[in-house]
Amino acid sequence: MMTKSIMIVGVGGQGTLLTSRVLGGIIQEAGYDVKLSEVHGMAQRGGSVVTFVRYGEKVWEPIVEEGQADVLIAFERMEALRYAHFLKKDGVLIINDWRIDPITVVTGAAEYPKDIIQKLSKSHKVYTVNAMEEAIKLGNSKAFNIIVLGMAARHMDFAKEDWLKVIERTVPSKTVEINERAFLIGYEG
Amino acid sequence: MAKKKIMLGNEAIARGAYEAGVKVSAAYPGTPSTEISENIVKYDEIYAEWSPNEKVAMEVAIGASISGVRAMSSMKHVGVNVASDPLYTASYSGVNGGLVLVAADDPGLYSSQNEQDTRCVARAAQVPVLEPSDSQEAKDFVKFAFDISEKYDTPVIVRTTTRLAHSQGMVVLEERADIPDKIYERNISKFVMMPGMAKVRHLHVEQRLKAMEEEGCDFPVNRMEMGDTSIGFITSGIPYQYVKEVCPEASVLKLGLVHPLPRKLIEDFASKVDKLYIFEELEPVIEEQVKSWGINAIGKEAFTKQGEYSANMLRNVILNEKTEGIKAEQVPARPPILCPGCPHRSVFSVLSKLKLHGAGDIGCYTLGAVAPLSVIDTTICMGASISSLHGMEKAKGKDYVKNWVAVIGDSTFMHTGINSLMNMVYNQGTGTVLILDNSTTGMTGHQDHAATGKTLKGEIVPAIDIYNLCKAIGIKHVTEINAFDLPALEKALKEETARDEISVIITKSPCVLLKGNVFPNKCVPIPEKCRKCGACLKPGCPALTRNEDRTISIDETMCNGCGLCMQLCPFEAIEKQAK
Repeated sequence: MMTKSIMIVGVGGQGTLLTSRVLGGIIQEAGYDVKLSEVHGMAQRGGSVVTFVRYGEKVWEPIVEEGQADVLIAFERMEALRYAHFLKKDGVLIINDWRIDPITVVTGAAEYPKDIIQKLSKSHKVYTVNAMEEAIKLGNSKAFNIIVLGMAARHMDFAKEDWLKVIERTVPSKTVEINERAFLIGYEG
Repeated sequence: MAKKKIMLGNEAIARGAYEAGVKVSAAYPGTPSTEISENIVKYDEIYAEWSPNEKVAMEVAIGASISGVRAMSSMKHVGVNVASDPLYTASYSGVNGGLVLVAADDPGLYSSQNEQDTRCVARAAQVPVLEPSDSQEAKDFVKFAFDISEKYDTPVIVRTTTRLAHSQGMVVLEERADIPDKIYERNISKFVMMPGMAKVRHLHVEQRLKAMEEEGCDFPVNRMEMGDTSIGFITSGIPYQYVKEVCPEASVLKLGLVHPLPRKLIEDFASKVDKLYIFEELEPVIEEQVKSWGINAIGKEAFTKQGEYSANMLRNVILNEKTEGIKAEQVPARPPILCPGCPHRSVFSVLSKLKLHGAGDIGCYTLGAVAPLSVIDTTICMGASISSLHGMEKAKGKDYVKNWVAVIGDSTFMHTGINSLMNMVYNQGTGTVLILDNSTTGMTGHQDHAATGKTLKGEIVPAIDIYNLCKAIGIKHVTEINAFDLPALEKALKEETARDEISVIITKSPCVLLKGNVFPNKCVPIPEKCRKCGACLKPGCPALTRNEDRTISIDETMCNGCGLCMQLCPFEAIEKQAK
């Protein structure tokens, strides 16, 4: 198979690293070669963060570049807009419909872009979820990223049971149940 | 079947150390090298420590090597500068047990103050360098580094970059080698580097490099992959992956040994291809040497010295594909910021109010340089806040530094700040030093240090008391203040900066991300009381936003309940949530 490229974008502290660990786990489970590339250090402090995931028979490059992504998972609206040009023409865009103001907006130096989802829908296949609201209903706001991942999982070729198995062995043991429920909210809608 | 695991580059390096039979590891945290030690510590067979700085870490590893065991030290590229004193001379002495330094470069400056290339340091120190290009090689090359360290009697540098260190890939696990300790024998001509001995050892260094230049041609870490000979690439590390991604048909000489260069192998490869490209990130280290041998090649004429490379860079240059046509939307920048509830924000709000300049240092608090806090004026390297403030005073006089403070974190203070403070005492500086003690090494993800009372292995040990340390070196005016006590902070800063004597203010409050450090209850706005003045927004807490009607909202998923906004509100329009 051709190498598949997935990107997870968001704001430092939103838990992109956990999501990519689950994704790495399911790919390994399926027996593919895989490379993941992450951002650690200073950028994690509330900055714009990106994780690249590539898998296939043999993966060379560990990053995803402009125009190359099959799936883009955005944990925040404006970050979806920032990285949408990384998608292939027929790529899928999953957006957590959630707003986090960057400091440039808080201080009034910049304005948060309007109508992001309408704008992106014109040029891309867009699927949205307000995962934060759903996660708060579930009782743990931190589980929102697994809801988003569940939604993205609809566009990947791995079995539901395998996803749940990987979640079980990847997330902290106390949060297995809530994360499995979170995944199903995203996966089954 | 062999056991396979997805591993971060740094995790694979740790595994390599384990499999190579390493017994001692010493390091100081620094992105992108930190996870090496955090993974090494999981192997009970290895003694692993956080040392106060990279020089100490390197010396611990050198001592272990002299005693006869395999030892490793790891650090970020700028850490190598701190460790360069022992490194340059360990190069002369050589080793007893194998000695490896893992140096992590940061092309693209993801989390560093410069973009220096460790290969240049290695050339100056005359130490061989291996450069892996994925997680599997990271593990394998560390093992090979120990073999050649012992064979050629030299420390060996394994050079990684951020992209390798923080990428995950498949790794085949093997067993730990049983490496018997080498016998220690007193040998002052090797281990006492006074001039007469060092002169002789310098000859050994030259012979060693010459031998490696020749024998390196047969090292398994170098690989010639012949394909279409109209184009050939000499490359190493992560850039190799971009070459394979974009030009799978081209001929490639993939170098694992990047210093000394395996000259005959390179000359042989160059003679087989029509057009030769040298594809290396940062400095033209391979290129300049290859060109000096009279070989025609294209390097930095086509590719940058600055920043990280990519496959698209090759698509543009080699395939003439226009990838810059794919335009990004103009979106407001989202720079990194201090976390909600960060004690540094509280301290900086006072510095900002008093219009004090900060001579800054390396840590999360560097973020105080940018708006809206804008209190840090300088950042150079670890420990430079205190010494540069002292330099300003000696240049311009005591009154000049009365509206300045040095700003340094606890871990950075233990790293090299203490030396600078001793200098201020000795040379009668009168400045004010602010030690932001958040009980951890914050930026790199919470590592312990000598003043936290816990080791890398998790043992509880006596913590060095920064207050008493300052007292012991002769500073009379040392104050400890809770970082969120704004009135006390303001009072102390006014008094201490006005004083014609050196003083230290230690602000204490643990990093808000440390486990178990939770403020009771979150902050909530009371819109009826809000006068829309914006005082709460001034320090730039990301949990706060202005509403359309100019009142404020506090994002409850982000608020950590530190109460700074509450303290800053003149109208009591923010309160703590009822439980």
